[in-house]
Amino acid sequence: MDFTFTDDQLTFREAISRFLMTEAAPELLREIWETDVGRSAALRGKIAEQGLTALSVPEAFGGLGMNDIAWSLMTQELGYYAIPDSLADTAYVAAGLLNRLADDHPVKASLLPRIADGSVRLAIGHPVNPLVADAALAEWLILAHGDDVHVVPRAQVDVQASASIDASRRLSQVSWAPSPDTLLVAGDAGRALWAETLNRGALSVAGQLLGLAQRMLDLSVDYVAQRKQFGKPIGSFQAVKHHLADVASKIEFAKPVLYRAAHALAKGEVRADVYVSQARLACCDASWLAARQGIQVHGAMGYTWEVDLQMFMKRAWSLDPGWGDRALHKSRVAAYVLGDNARLGPGSTFEE
Amino acid sequence: MELAYTPKQKAFRQEVREWLAANKPTSPLANYDTREGFEQHRAWERKLFEQRLSMVMWPKQYGGRGCDLIEWLIFEEEYYGADAPMRVNQNGQLLLGPTLMEFGTAAQKERFLPPMASSEDMWAQGWSEPNAGSDMAAITSKAIRDGDHYVLNGQKTWSSRALFADWLFGLFRSDPASSRHHGLSYLVVPLDAPGVTIRPIKALHGKNTFAEVFFDDVRIPVENCIGQEGQGWHVAMATAGFERGLLLRSPARFQATARKLVQLYQANRAQADRDPSIREAVVEAWMGAEGYALSSYHTVGRMSRGAQIGAESSINKVIWSELDLKMHETAMRILGAHAELRADAGQAVEGAWLDGFLFAQAGPIYAGTNEIQRNIIAERMLGLPK
Repeated sequence: MDFTFTDDQLTFREAISRFLMTEAAPELLREIWETDVGRSAALRGKIAEQGLTALSVPEAFGGLGMNDIAWSLMTQELGYYAIPDSLADTAYVAAGLLNRLADDHPVKASLLPRIADGSVRLAIGHPVNPLVADAALAEWLILAHGDDVHVVPRAQVDVQASASIDASRRLSQVSWAPSPDTLLVAGDAGRALWAETLNRGALSVAGQLLGLAQRMLDLSVDYVAQRKQFGKPIGSFQAVKHHLADVASKIEFAKPVLYRAAHALAKGEVRADVYVSQARLACCDASWLAARQGIQVHGAMGYTWEVDLQMFMKRAWSLDPGWGDRALHKSRVAAYVLGDNARLGPGSTFEE
Repeated sequence: MELAYTPKQKAFRQEVREWLAANKPTSPLANYDTREGFEQHRAWERKLFEQRLSMVMWPKQYGGRGCDLIEWLIFEEEYYGADAPMRVNQNGQLLLGPTLMEFGTAAQKERFLPPMASSEDMWAQGWSEPNAGSDMAAITSKAIRDGDHYVLNGQKTWSSRALFADWLFGLFRSDPASSRHHGLSYLVVPLDAPGVTIRPIKALHGKNTFAEVFFDDVRIPVENCIGQEGQGWHVAMATAGFERGLLLRSPARFQATARKLVQLYQANRAQADRDPSIREAVVEAWMGAEGYALSSYHTVGRMSRGAQIGAESSINKVIWSELDLKMHETAMRILGAHAELRADAGQAVEGAWLDGFLFAQAGPIYAGTNEIQRNIIAERMLGLPK
């Protein structure tokens, strides 16, 4: 029983965090927001140089060969610095999907090394998401036709943009026609792949939401320590303290739930679906409360465009229903807990 | 990260499981806030001790097995999973015990720990006073040095199980000129000493759960001071940390309650589903208890790599106490018009939930109110100004 990360995993996370702190500051993100494409090739290139896009690409394909457990730390960093969707969708979720193909599959052999070096952008049209993130900019789209998984070149997809309140989100409706040339995995195997990809996407969002919650908490702590009313910092008032203490509690309690879910997904455990959904709900709760209490303790400043809180708050609200809304995840947990095969009670947590 | 038990851990679980199945009382013991129930629980503790299962984490020389924290979690899972009796001597075992290990002299450890493990000595705590509750540094009970004795005068209150206990541990002001958290000493006092008067306080359920303890020129030897004279605050804070931290409420207890709640819901589904929020609350109870278990294992893992628990123990306390309350509220809602029916009137299922519901009301209050805990989280973890 070892519920810890290795020194390598923690050191890598620390390095990515330090890097993003300087290279993805809010001022820069705001500039990128204002561009038409909403993405910066320069920033993406720098992130790839750090090795983040290579994280879960196997070593044989030029990557670092790590798994969901390492990503449960990295997705928090992506959330904390509000890094746009396509990075996690490509490097974590799509890489996870392609990892499932046979090693000599041409799509796997051609795309995984390019994911690792950061030179390709993929978009995923999972059936659970009505819109596709980063479809317009992607070189390839991974799309569903019934249970079948297709990989489709951008040129064969018609893309209609839908603007989100989170300017870092670039969402589109896509229309396309499946063909034998685009088919990647068919039938039952396709359904299984979509199911596993849903879990990975849900966990990616969970980690990002947790990182966003931490960022909103940090911004709020800074603000209430500086802002004075009645002659003292508002952070000295109990009503304000308790708002933020509750956020801190939710964040701390969601972390192990996220890590266990990542472990279950990496190991292919039978209850991975349930644990992923539990993690999603815990992380949703944490970020939702962090946004609510965050804007409350910022007062009117929190309602402005100028103060950075808005960037993280709107991203948290937007990601909340992504890769399965709360109804989907609650249903999966309820079906397990109230079902005949539930293992409940003391001693069941890590039961094999 | 490897979330699976070792063969040794599995064998330990199996041993505890088998022993409890063969030895736990076949019918529920009487409530330990009665003399009869208290002695029944003491006898059960003795049986656990003889198997070296009363304090598995303690070193062997004091009656334990020298288990690590993972094995302790496993023991707790088996114990609460088996629905074994409540632990009557936890105040001593979980609060004073670790303090003695850290601050006690060799003689004090030898004198107090083994009979605490066997519950030959039962312990009550003496922190609160009528005017020192959340503000514990306002303590006024005195312990004035007189040669090789202290002379105690004053009053303690909310002292759980003091009515039947043998000993009390608590804070007394040994420097009469001192104020706040200076000049306090951490003392252990035999409750049969001349000058000690114990007056019961009846709790919500009508039983004498706690007591007021009056000290009137009570003489105790200076050997009864734990840690240095005048350093009591420091010693007590370490104890408070243990209490709020991992030990006092292991996750197994709440996982057992969550399982019972799921079963209660299943058995009363038609009634319960008239209010859709009940089903959701039942599922949330499982997630909450499971989350607390995960958090405990995660904390143990981090401690094994050298991390210290600080304000996180305050998070734990808020989480488990509010989870416990929510689960019992949900049970009361499922039971509807039957929820008020008492166990001693033959309503076993309803009565057990009712007792738990009443006790859950105390959770956010004892061991430092949840308001105090949230202040600690905000000030020590987030660094907000006082």
